[in-house]
Amino acid sequence: MSSSYGIIAVVVVAVGTVLVGTYGLRISRTTSDFFVASRTVSPWWNASAIGGEYLSAASFVGIAGLIFAHGPDMLWFPVGYTAGYLVLLALVAAPLRRSGAYTLPDFAEARFGSPAVRAVASVIALGIGWLYLLPQLQGAGLTLHTLTGAPDWVGALVVAVVVTANVIAGGMRSITFVQAFQYWLKLTAIAVPVVFLVVAWQAHGARDLTGPEFPVFPRETTVSFDTNTSVRVEQAVAFRGDGVVDGSEVDGPAEFGPGEHTIAAGSRLVFPEGAPVPHVASIPFNTNASWALPLRGGDDFPLYAVYSLIIATFLGTMGLPHVIVRFYTNPNGRAARRTTLIVLGLLGIFYLMPPIYGALGRLYTPELLMTGDTDAVVLVLPSRMVDGVGGQLLGALVAGGAFAAFLSTSSGLMVSLAGVLSRDVLKFRGIRGFRVSTVLAVLVPLGMTWLVGKVPVADMVGLAFAVAASSLCPLLVLGIWSTRITTAGAVAGMLAGGVPALVAGLVTISAGGGNVFLARPAAWTVPLGFIVMYVVSLLTPRKVPPGVNHVMVRLHAPENLGLRSQDRL
Amino acid sequence: MNGLWTAGAILLAGLAVVITLWRTSRTRNDFLTHEQRITFETLHTAWSAAPPLRAGLVPDAAKKSAKHLRTLLGTPALALTDETEVVAWEGEGEHHAADAMDLAREVFATGRTRAFDITCGSPDCPVHSAVLAPLTVEGRVVGVLAAYSREPSAGLVRATNEVARWASGQLELAELDRSRTRLVEAEVRALRAQISPHFIYNSLSAIASYVRTDPEKARTLLLDFADFTRYSFRRAGDFTTLSEELKSIDQYLALERARFGERLKVTLQIAPEVLPVTVPFLCLQPLVENAVRHGMEGKVGPGHITIQAADAGEEAHITIEDDGIGMDPEALRRTLAGQVGETAGIGLGNIDERLRRCYGDDYGLVVETAEGLGTKISVRVPKYQAGVHA
Repeated sequence: MSSSYGIIAVVVVAVGTVLVGTYGLRISRTTSDFFVASRTVSPWWNASAIGGEYLSAASFVGIAGLIFAHGPDMLWFPVGYTAGYLVLLALVAAPLRRSGAYTLPDFAEARFGSPAVRAVASVIALGIGWLYLLPQLQGAGLTLHTLTGAPDWVGALVVAVVVTANVIAGGMRSITFVQAFQYWLKLTAIAVPVVFLVVAWQAHGARDLTGPEFPVFPRETTVSFDTNTSVRVEQAVAFRGDGVVDGSEVDGPAEFGPGEHTIAAGSRLVFPEGAPVPHVASIPFNTNASWALPLRGGDDFPLYAVYSLIIATFLGTMGLPHVIVRFYTNPNGRAARRTTLIVLGLLGIFYLMPPIYGALGRLYTPELLMTGDTDAVVLVLPSRMVDGVGGQLLGALVAGGAFAAFLSTSSGLMVSLAGVLSRDVLKFRGIRGFRVSTVLAVLVPLGMTWLVGKVPVADMVGLAFAVAASSLCPLLVLGIWSTRITTAGAVAGMLAGGVPALVAGLVTISAGGGNVFLARPAAWTVPLGFIVMYVVSLLTPRKVPPGVNHVMVRLHAPENLGLRSQDRL
Repeated sequence: MNGLWTAGAILLAGLAVVITLWRTSRTRNDFLTHEQRITFETLHTAWSAAPPLRAGLVPDAAKKSAKHLRTLLGTPALALTDETEVVAWEGEGEHHAADAMDLAREVFATGRTRAFDITCGSPDCPVHSAVLAPLTVEGRVVGVLAAYSREPSAGLVRATNEVARWASGQLELAELDRSRTRLVEAEVRALRAQISPHFIYNSLSAIASYVRTDPEKARTLLLDFADFTRYSFRRAGDFTTLSEELKSIDQYLALERARFGERLKVTLQIAPEVLPVTVPFLCLQPLVENAVRHGMEGKVGPGHITIQAADAGEEAHITIEDDGIGMDPEALRRTLAGQVGETAGIGLGNIDERLRRCYGDDYGLVVETAEGLGTKISVRVPKYQAGVHA
């Protein structure tokens, strides 16, 4: 793919991020002679900022890739990423704000008054953050790889360096204005091309998305392989090739019979127009019609996988470290609720877009099913469907938006992680402690990118959600809504839910997929976390933290009841 | 199923590592000689009893300290009393607790350690003798430590006496803690009442000068004055939000502007993200008052004051800067160390002390100043601190 526009877009976004990080502080501070108290961050700004920090690599490229490969079951990803805020709104947002906590460990301390609960919550928050940061770096690697053909680690390194430098220099520290702008940038970058893509699809005759045939090459297509790939073929397909296929040298015309075939790295195969596309082994072979049906995604227990995904995403959002800190900016619990409501709307609009990319990809970029780079569908599609400079520019817009997504989410995560590291783990506070922690916070996931198999980024983010849902969600929900939770119960519940989910996640990531009970652990780890937390609490009634009723009044009483000291004269 | 086995194996291995670490941490005092271990254990027990004692002779804390004190003396039972009742009974024979105050009364009267014989109907009861030692704070008996044993011994009397003296030391420290808290609270009360008479006089005369020429402005200023005093005199709550504190500062500055007119130039740079941060009540307004005083004093031209509040991750950074006469750093250091009275600034020492008490020693005031070169005061406030609520 010739992509000088795309590279320019990525460079512009990276440089822009650094510049805004350096100079943004001046814009974001209101300078005036008179102080206006109403100048708090309005729910609209705050909601845009949450959207800007939240829409990550998984949302921007990952969802489309999964829908493209596995069909409508994967629509639960965008639904769950959004609906998580509904649960947050109903159960957590206002009490969390009233607790005065800035981070999740802060909440643990405010509610339970125990260093042990705080310590466990910090370690788990750290694990979730790293698990979430990893796919951002991977997504960046994929984007640069698609644009320039550079190895995957280059993009990861670029994002890591840009974000670390920026955070250390003091930029991107949850500046509401900057993050809010990021949301609208991402929405533009994904929505504008969609309009052109749909128009182009209509102009090409609006081919049926759910026809009875297997995906076919829309034109003569050259497919290059960077890694040894094993593909499955249902109908015999002829091709011209240059490389090593099934262990023997191929140079010229050849044919795949039905069955499994292996293709060595470095091979280039040319398929004629209309040939059915061989699929990489990890993607189920479906006709477009059966692809469009639910529960055909290729898992062993599809219904279990779907429910597990729903549980993880609905309950995991509230445990993400970079989302929680934004709620502090709301002046009170009511504003926190309004903010969450607006976030629901903003995310809802954004998530309408990726499925369109996924579906159109079946028609226009089916060769990605053969290489397994399904996450690239958003990046490749615009230049494939719209000819000439227009297509290149749209591709550049998408690439820039994707890079913005990696940068903003990563920096939000890095700031939160560095905070937890410096305060709770290294016990090294102040500016120097923060800087050391920032470097440490990025080195771990950067190192992990080398160990990781080819797991779709949205799946990996799903694992971070599963850990959050199994450990911090019980802490928040039970902590806010039950007076009987004890310190022992809180610690036991977080560990019983979080540790198995974390281990399952790490095994899945390092093995590059595998067992559905490990790849989607939430359906068993979340109930485990909740049950252990509640039962252990009932067994240790003497360890109910002192003053729990006092804390509960503070969490649940609306501010304007006048129960707070400041309201009395 | 392969992944499932790997996951299980990792979990088991992790569990094994945790258990091993836990066991080694329990047995590490094998490295000590016998004498060292005895010293270690005695001091460790005494050290464990100290924190609850520092809370004073209240039932919950006394219960905890009594447990460690009994270990220290090695008696079957031990009791702690305050001046009116038994606050903790640790060990066997709790039915003797009812009589303990009768015995203690004699110790309260004489202030000396005494041994008693005790008759008990129950055959298994290990309590036959008691040693009662006074707990004294500043020469006054505030409680009694009673050690109960099978038979009286001179050694137990001496040991009980020593433990009681050690515990008295801890109780005196507790008393010291309490008086320090009371002192700071008194200072805050004083600070609240410390709207300077000059300020009231100046404000009212400035308002008076507008009453005829600009009644509308005079009315606004009077309302500012009313709100400002209401905020400063409020009774309840040690904390407020930065937003509230800045509102009060704004009212204060409006009044000072009425007096100084064009000469007083103020720049505010406030990051909206930090407005909800909880800060100690009246921790910034006196600093601004200080800046106005230093910035405008002894000069004819305009004085510039800059107030900034920036978001810095887990903390809010607030600076207040003026370009006035500055302060002598040496005098300021003495003020902050509490050596001399409030000559260098209004309540600087008090604000510094309160910040440190709330947030720890890392969070004191930072003052950059020199005579004739202006003053810049920086305050760092963590966004969350346990026990700090507006």
